[in-house]
Amino acid sequence: MIEIVAAGALATVQDLGRIRLAQVGVPRSGAFDRRALRLANRLVGNPDDAASIEATLGIALRFDSAATIACTGARCDGVDWNTAVTLAAGTTITLRPPRTGLRSYVAVRGGIDVPPVLGSRSTDVLSDLGHAPLRAGDRLPVGPEPPAPVLGETARPTDRLVSALSVTFGPRDDWFTSAALDVLTSATWTVRAESNRVGLRLDGPALERRITTELASEPTLPGALQVPPDGRPILLGPDAPVTGGYPVIAVVDDAGFDVAAQLRPGDEISFTSTAGAGS
Amino acid sequence: MRVLPYGKRAVLIEVDDSATALQLHIDLRDEPGVIDCVPAARTVLVRYEERTDLARLAARAAEVLAQEHTPMPVGEPVTLNVRYDGADLASTAEELGMGVDDLVERHTAAEYVVGFCGFSPGFAYLTGLDPRLHIPRLASPRTSVPAGSVAIAGEYTGVYPRRSPGGWRLLGTTDAIVWDVTRADPALLTPGTVVRFRAA
Repeated sequence: MIEIVAAGALATVQDLGRIRLAQVGVPRSGAFDRRALRLANRLVGNPDDAASIEATLGIALRFDSAATIACTGARCDGVDWNTAVTLAAGTTITLRPPRTGLRSYVAVRGGIDVPPVLGSRSTDVLSDLGHAPLRAGDRLPVGPEPPAPVLGETARPTDRLVSALSVTFGPRDDWFTSAALDVLTSATWTVRAESNRVGLRLDGPALERRITTELASEPTLPGALQVPPDGRPILLGPDAPVTGGYPVIAVVDDAGFDVAAQLRPGDEISFTSTAGAGS
Repeated sequence: MRVLPYGKRAVLIEVDDSATALQLHIDLRDEPGVIDCVPAARTVLVRYEERTDLARLAARAAEVLAQEHTPMPVGEPVTLNVRYDGADLASTAEELGMGVDDLVERHTAAEYVVGFCGFSPGFAYLTGLDPRLHIPRLASPRTSVPAGSVAIAGEYTGVYPRRSPGGWRLLGTTDAIVWDVTRADPALLTPGTVVRFRAA
């Protein structure tokens, strides 16, 4: 078992989330920084979709039994990063808040073995699915040894200074003025304090609408840049609802979504556009 | 029909109405390369695997639209027993300029079809509401609506699957469990399900 000694700002169990349930209203959820989760799992020999701990601004954990772990994502002092680490029974590790970035991942060989809900062990903070957010004193079971070996190497540093997120315009770019489309990719956007796993609220120049009628509810995906009437975009996170009534001006690609996972309130970003699918 | 980009692995197909969106959902979800096909009010979002032939998918969607479709019920019809004791029943009837009995009569007379789900897990938007009952949502949403509340807003009626905030007008309560994560099919009301309300 793993005991939560201190939970930091928000600690949850996350895998790659719930699939094919959007049609009954279930969000994807899952790790916000999917690249970091996959890396942590690979380092300890887990399948990519094993459940790990997503820690926000540090965490402290005590391991009852000997364990092999890997920590990735926002780099914290207190343990070797991006590499498999073997811990003796009874070890406590303390990940201090990272200097940059927001979310860190702790994978344990065998995975976190809380009961799956709707095919996933992920905590969805909006829909109340999966294990409740972790609190000091919670104890998490570890699953059986996976067949794959531990990787005896250190992954190249994943600390990224990238702050330009690649987006594909649409589906509702035609609801905005052409000036607004330019503004989206030329302005600097600041992450607001009211940001979480449901969405990152951004501050910057208002994106002006060309069509001002109300939009009938549309399906959404994590990464969509939804624009409410105040003109300031919200980047939908993993726990965002599956439908929304505000027009989506553009969608952030997978790599940009992982970068977004690491943004803190006050961080500045920009968007660059790439061509999308469709006709 | 318009096919709009939604990132690199999905398209949003825009159609004229909810019935057409539902038809696309039913006919496209098992197409090769389609991961899922999620309906909403006037659109479906199709997520597809890499290397999927988008032109073929769009042609298939156009084909579905060109068909003469008779509404195809999905699964068993569901009848929900309702106690019409909602907090907004009287005020909504008054705003609509009708008696409470007339409102209940109209709400129970119609046959509804689940157009899509959203807002929260298991929350189904039921289409087919009597146009005389179309009314905007509450000016100020409630912070907490009990599970099983039967409500109307805009052109839809629905049942709150669990306690949550909500701005729809509460007409009554049902004991039916519309959402249960421990069931094989957690949602009682899925897109295409035919639903009736009966005054209990």
